[in-house]
Amino acid sequence: MKQDKFVSTVLMLIALSAISGLALITVFIFMEGLPMILRTGAREFFLSSDWDPRAGHFGIFSMIIGSVAVTTGAMTIGSVFGLALAIAFTQFCHPRLAALLKPVIELLAGIPSVVYGFMGVVTLVPLIRTYLGGAGLSVLAASIVLGIMVLPTVTSISVDALRAVPRPYWEGSIALGATRWQTTHMVMLKAARSGIATAVILGMGRAVGETMAVIMVAGNALEAPHSILDPVRTLTSNIALEMGYASGEHRRALFATGVTLFVIIMLLNTVALRVSRRAAGRKG
Amino acid sequence: MYGVIPKISSEGTRRAEALRARVGVIPKILVGRRRLSSKALRALVLAATMALIMPCIGCKDDGGRVVSVVGSTSIQPFAEFLAEQYGRKDPGLQVEVQGGGSTVGLQAVANGLAEVGMCSRALNAEEVEQFTPITIARDGLAIVVNPANQVSRLTTGHLRGLFSGTIKNWKDVGGLDGPVRPITREEGSGTRESFVHLVMDKERISRAALTQESNGAVKELVKGDPAAIGYMSLGLVGEELKALQIDDVEPTSENVLAGTYKLARPFLFVTKGPVSPEAQRFIDYVLSSEGQRILESEGLVRAQ
Repeated sequence: MKQDKFVSTVLMLIALSAISGLALITVFIFMEGLPMILRTGAREFFLSSDWDPRAGHFGIFSMIIGSVAVTTGAMTIGSVFGLALAIAFTQFCHPRLAALLKPVIELLAGIPSVVYGFMGVVTLVPLIRTYLGGAGLSVLAASIVLGIMVLPTVTSISVDALRAVPRPYWEGSIALGATRWQTTHMVMLKAARSGIATAVILGMGRAVGETMAVIMVAGNALEAPHSILDPVRTLTSNIALEMGYASGEHRRALFATGVTLFVIIMLLNTVALRVSRRAAGRKG
Repeated sequence: MYGVIPKISSEGTRRAEALRARVGVIPKILVGRRRLSSKALRALVLAATMALIMPCIGCKDDGGRVVSVVGSTSIQPFAEFLAEQYGRKDPGLQVEVQGGGSTVGLQAVANGLAEVGMCSRALNAEEVEQFTPITIARDGLAIVVNPANQVSRLTTGHLRGLFSGTIKNWKDVGGLDGPVRPITREEGSGTRESFVHLVMDKERISRAALTQESNGAVKELVKGDPAAIGYMSLGLVGEELKALQIDDVEPTSENVLAGTYKLARPFLFVTKGPVSPEAQRFIDYVLSSEGQRILESEGLVRAQ
């Protein structure tokens, strides 16, 4: 018993120190960023597009638009391909082939983001510049790169969701004479939809938070984009680009940008948690 | 919580008995309470911590004094090279060079974290009061375009128009019909601040300008895009880009030295208050004819 007590105390301490790290980060970001938002005025900070730290203008509207545009693009690409992969793996593919291919997709998650960015700059950007026009560094380039980066998240969680659908649902549908595709889209996808929604939302969290690859392929112009071929600056790239040099009010404005990101990602994760919990509740 | 003995189901008992039947008598060593006493564990943790800390205790004092030089990423490669050369002559003194940016360098000196800051732009009025700048070299700002671009000379006025977004087409400055894509550096970069100071006057750089975070990224982009125009350190232009004549002066080290090429900025070492003799030794070396010759051979212009 004495040993049990010792081990559990040690484990408790380690666990708490990890959590207190998170708490410290949160407190620090908010302490640095929040007063700045209040001083500038939330309306000015969130709804003005005028970002000129030198002149003391801090408006992040165009970057919020930028993050939304890039994330929407990435999720369109990521969810279409991710869901297609998940359906193929669980419904149409030979199980052995699926067992071979799924780890390959998951391997994508292990590639460092700077490598994605580099590939984007070297191959994708010149292609867009040559065939579609514009600078090449654009919303489109960032969306494609991020879309590939979120594939593993979307695919593997969707696969789990589809596999979790009780077998009798599938058997019942097939027994009623439905084809495989009818069974897939009328029964399986409906039954797994909250799991799939979770997959998309978690992928979205990753897309919003990605920085390095986006800095390299998005062009980082301050103006809000008018088309998918325009360059764009996201919230994360704004922080990473200017962090090294910033001091004083500028630095606090970057922390305030961080607060905005923090809140967005927290919201996404909460929604994801809610959705998946509701699904679990319904099943049980 | 801990201390509660878990209830063992009949299933668990059956498993345990099956295991005992297979293994025979469970060896004492697995049952013993004192396999790893808390005292032994504590000693282990202590030893591990010591092992992590020890190498750092030794490192500061074996080679004598350390001078830390922090700041501009534009100066960093040159300073590293100088530190390496200096280390051969004076092994007792270790010069540590770190990047971070001009502003970071100034902050580090202000806080006493570094003795020498590196700054790749002129100090502003407020900073001049606080710090002592020492010009170690000068660097030209080259205006670069793709070799496919027809334009080979511009005026400062053209530049201002191109970067502020009032000139949108290359044909307005003697090039082919086509859009202009200005490429700028991130806010706070010494290169950007020098460019704004030397060229932009009161105007702002266009919000549509692409922003890249290093000389290398600017170079890469201009190399691939015939519509692009960017600015970068003269020493780093290389063969693949075209550096433009500005106000009819060719961008060369000679013209920067002669003062005819106007787009030049100082590379500064910045100190605050009295400097230690060790730091002074390194600064003297950089300003000596040998140090200056090294900087020149690396593509910079001597401090005069």
